[in-house]
Amino acid sequence: MADTPQIVMDERVKQISPMRRAMIRPELGGIVGTIAVFVFFGLFAFDSGMFNSQGIMNWSVVSAQFMIIAVGACLLMIAGEFDLSVGSMIGFAGMMMAIFGVTLGWPMWVAILVTFALCISIGALNGFIVVRTGLPSFIVTLAFLFILRGFTIFLPQTIERKTIIGGIREAAEGDWLAALFGGTIGKGFFTWMGEAGIIATFERGTRAGEPVVNGIPMLIVWALGLVVVGHVLLTRTRFGNWIFAAGGDAEAARNSGVPVNRVKITMFMFTAFCATVFAACQVMEFGSAGADRGLLKEFEAIIAVVIGGALLTGGYGSVIGAALGALIFGVVQQGLFFAGVESSLFRVFLGVILLFAVILNTYIRRIITGER
Amino acid sequence: MTQPLIQMKNIEKHFGSVIALAGVSVDIHAGECHCLLGDNGAGKSTFIKTLSGVHKPTRGEILFEGRDMHFADPRDAIAAGIATVHQHLAMIPLMSVSRNFFMGNEPTRKIGPFSFFDHDLANRVTMQEMEKMGIVLRGPDQAVGTLSGGERQTVAIARAVHFGARVLILDEPTSALGVRQTANVLATIDTVRKQGVAVVFITHNVRHAMAVGDRFTVLNRGRTYGTAKRGEITPEELQDMMAGGQELATLESSLGSTV
Ligand SMILES: Nc1ncnc2c1ncn2[C@@H]1O[C@H](COP(=O)(O)OP(=O)(O)O)[C@@H](O)[C@H]1O
Ligand SMILES: [Mg+2]
Repeated sequence: MADTPQIVMDERVKQISPMRRAMIRPELGGIVGTIAVFVFFGLFAFDSGMFNSQGIMNWSVVSAQFMIIAVGACLLMIAGEFDLSVGSMIGFAGMMMAIFGVTLGWPMWVAILVTFALCISIGALNGFIVVRTGLPSFIVTLAFLFILRGFTIFLPQTIERKTIIGGIREAAEGDWLAALFGGTIGKGFFTWMGEAGIIATFERGTRAGEPVVNGIPMLIVWALGLVVVGHVLLTRTRFGNWIFAAGGDAEAARNSGVPVNRVKITMFMFTAFCATVFAACQVMEFGSAGADRGLLKEFEAIIAVVIGGALLTGGYGSVIGAALGALIFGVVQQGLFFAGVESSLFRVFLGVILLFAVILNTYIRRIITGER
Repeated sequence: MTQPLIQMKNIEKHFGSVIALAGVSVDIHAGECHCLLGDNGAGKSTFIKTLSGVHKPTRGEILFEGRDMHFADPRDAIAAGIATVHQHLAMIPLMSVSRNFFMGNEPTRKIGPFSFFDHDLANRVTMQEMEKMGIVLRGPDQAVGTLSGGERQTVAIARAVHFGARVLILDEPTSALGVRQTANVLATIDTVRKQGVAVVFITHNVRHAMAVGDRFTVLNRGRTYGTAKRGEITPEELQDMMAGGQELATLESSLGSTV
């Protein structure tokens, strides 16, 4: 009999238990946190209306908002950079859509497309400055945090003598592109669910008989779409490998032929894209753009990403994890509201969970790299 | 005599006021192992970095098969068939062995209009290549950070060899290795040389150089004393040139020639 080649295991390579193996994944914190949060609110706030159709839609929308910016922040952080200008970019993008679409009276789809082009270019500029000067992205994007916010306040005051521009819903009426951000889908399905008695319907008023939730907002569709695209891009494509490499060790990646600068600039552009999607959905929902929109969003995005298991130092993380981080955020923020807890305690929660997440991530990193 | 695959003529490299290379010329031939020797700081790494596209030479020219080459970045050099295993490794500890192995050379598979990283192929090839080099992995998804320095070095060499380079540059590949792994690396150099690849082997260990070298160039403080062929020079002479002659002679007499 021919001798069958056998893989000889090195006796010094310890077999790691499946348990430990399952633990070494960036999503661990996000998964555990999500379960904990749902168990907690299931026990203490079940009767508050948080888990009926309106309640679910309420925290889903908030989570989806966090998710949209978390996906961008996540890929950028894995590529080794930060963007602190996300919040200002949201305010700026919304304001530009309003100025183009309402003040200048351009068709809404033109206003939206031009805003996207403008914001993505600013993202590219952020990235270009970072890779060219070698300065920490923290500083470069901090500068843009102020520059963009400044313009967001200055422009409407100069043009319209106010800091809020309304009338967007009217301007967007019947616009094909605006509907992609402001509309809902699945109306028929929800009407059917209302008729079948699965979800509640309005009992009185002009909308009597209609379901209380009449469709899934495009915001949620965007969030889920971005999560799927981001996850596939990161884990299943060549470009994803370059993202990990660029953040893991830019020098080593460059020496291996990875176009590190291009990867980083692209990720800054993608982050700006996500911020603009957020802004578009927001102005369509509110019907107005305000100079203070998006405040502190950059930090909320970064915290969601860290809860999701990404390392602040780059090179490691997961889009699914970041999405779960965003979900935890949304559920806790709205859950505390439903449970009647003072909303300022949400910030206490944020700080505590951020600290826990960072400590857990550091621990997981040690397991992976075998450092002590 | 055949034309050299690569001619590097009067390469100079200045870092601000530091002159790391003050005019070094070396010819590299296909199917030969060219040893670059020299003490720490002699400029060996800087020299090969001008060849692998990391640094642009301040002055001097690089001819590849007689044609002038200008590498804007490492991608160009890699595309021209020059694979480099840098002294400070081009490996990323947080990434898996297979992701590292294919970094910059990811195999893709098309599904519809999209192309995806072919993880199955990457994992299979990685395991095979590692087995050939005598390294047993827990799995292709094991992080490089869990490997020892020598094992990482071996992964880097296996990667360079696998991608079928015409020129393989190894910057001090043996200095962090144990006895068996060193023998493994030297054997690998011998194998790829016989396949017609030009190998540039940097070391400051004369015994390792003598074991596989066809030509020897000693660098000293950014200069070279020229190139000697195998048989034209003795290990003692090489050792002397590396240390700059006299000092070693005095050292040797006080230590009883054990250096
Ligand atoms: N990027 C750099 N900037 C400034 N000086 C450098 C740089 N790289 C190398 N040098 C200097 O060039 C000289 C040669 O270094 P190197 O080529 O690494 O030597 P070797 O590899 O032979 O030990 C040293 O004096 C080193 O300090
Ligand atoms: Mg060196």
